[in-house]
Amino acid sequence: MPKYLLLKHYRGGPEPHHPFPPMDQWAPEDVEAHMAFLKHVNELLEENGERVDAQALTPARTWVRYGGPDAAPVTTDGPHPETSDLIAGWYMIDVESHERALELAAYVSSEPGPGGEPLYEWIDVREVMSEAPSED
Amino acid sequence: MIDEPTRGLDEGALRALVPRVLADLVRRGEAFDAAEDALQEALLEALRVWPEHPPRDPRAWLATVATRRLVDARRSEAARHRREEQTHAEPPPAATEEGDDTLFLLFCCCHPDLAPASQVALTLRAVGGLTTREIADAFYVPEATMAQRISRAKRALQGRRLDHPGDLAVVLRVLYLVYAAGHAGRVDLAGEAIRLARQLTLATEEPEARGLLALMLLNHARLPARFDSEGRIVTLDRQDRGLWDTREVAEGVRILQSALAARRPGRYQIEAAIAALHDDAASAEETDWPQILAWYDDMVALSDDPVRQDPAAVLGRAVTVGHVLGAAAGLRETDRLREVLGDRHRWHAVRAHLHELDGDLPAAGAAYAEAARRATNVAERDHLVRQAARAGRRALGRSSH
Repeated sequence: MPKYLLLKHYRGGPEPHHPFPPMDQWAPEDVEAHMAFLKHVNELLEENGERVDAQALTPARTWVRYGGPDAAPVTTDGPHPETSDLIAGWYMIDVESHERALELAAYVSSEPGPGGEPLYEWIDVREVMSEAPSED
Repeated sequence: MIDEPTRGLDEGALRALVPRVLADLVRRGEAFDAAEDALQEALLEALRVWPEHPPRDPRAWLATVATRRLVDARRSEAARHRREEQTHAEPPPAATEEGDDTLFLLFCCCHPDLAPASQVALTLRAVGGLTTREIADAFYVPEATMAQRISRAKRALQGRRLDHPGDLAVVLRVLYLVYAAGHAGRVDLAGEAIRLARQLTLATEEPEARGLLALMLLNHARLPARFDSEGRIVTLDRQDRGLWDTREVAEGVRILQSALAARRPGRYQIEAAIAALHDDAASAEETDWPQILAWYDDMVALSDDPVRQDPAAVLGRAVTVGHVLGAAAGLRETDRLREVLGDRHRWHAVRAHLHELDGDLPAAGAAYAEAARRATNVAERDHLVRQAARAGRRALGRSSH
């Protein structure tokens, strides 16, 4: 049973299917529908016995690196280029197959946007390396 | 208990009782899913209560507590179902003999309509006597997820007749999946699979069941040598053979011989025969590659289109061809698999090994690096990265001389 991360991005990734404004500019009922869908996906994964974890991230980002001997860590919190990748959150799932992971990701991507239309959002599907030793 | 000084409880004995009590309940006419739930509750209660108050008759205790749970469950269900019409009758008690409990329950848990992950989970709970928590830990998923997976599996079984003989091939595959899941958390899944396979061989004469048990034992025997003290993979040719478990090897060979004597060869028996030949070599140099190749020829002959139906066999044969007829011949064999396995790390790792055997270190280094990029397992990825680095260093050293 492989595990996968289905990553949602604030930005980055392939050319969007269609442009849409940030969620804070949507009609309230569209926002509600979107939130309800996310909750439903969580419940669906739980019901299927496929859910491992789901988290959302704030968009605030700080880059940090080692500052050198006896120096403070070096940080930067922007500005970052508009094109840089920014992860918004993830589902971690435990599924039968890669195909099943893609199927679920495509379903996540059908989440309703403005006017209730699907967002067709690109979902970044990444396999988690297993820890279990294998045969030689 | 000498082994468990802190807990006055023999968990192994308790778990061994689970399939027997469950089979009793089902044979008495209880529905499989309800009986399995009730018994899981009884098991949890036993784990809690027995260390302080060990029962005089553990089997009867489990049966009594499970039955009480079943009665409770029926009372609360009754209210909900009062107006519902019973659409299908409960499956009739199966006419199995005492001693066939394991086989009967394995057929229930490994029903071909269930997804492999569900078959594995249900088998570990209903036949292995593990708790949901332990199974969840072994597969690194939340307990709620595993509980849900098990109850879905049982819902899928509702209304299906469970008194027919099941598909033994599916049972063998499930046990092998459990074995391959290895060792994680507190539960030794490989050991658990061996235990279940051993029970299975008591219930069926099928030589492939013994072939599977032999294969597990012959592989498991090498486990102590397979990782170094840092947890790094040690490949077969570099393992300290003194660490191999000679008792497991001897048992595996004996079981394999009894299976082969039935003269109905199958894939597990052949794989076990190959493992036995590796286990039999006092050093890597003494490996009987021609004999191994003969077994791989038999394995490949089991399917009409081995490249598509059993690429793992063709790949294993390619390595062997490399050792018998030379690396170039082995590499040619892997070419046939490019389309089917070309995006898998194992294909690249085998090619790397054959390039190295051939003395082509730059090609070996590149193939190891390609394999590392495609690995889906941390230990394997780390091993392949080291192999790539090592081949690269040796290639450099050679070109500078």
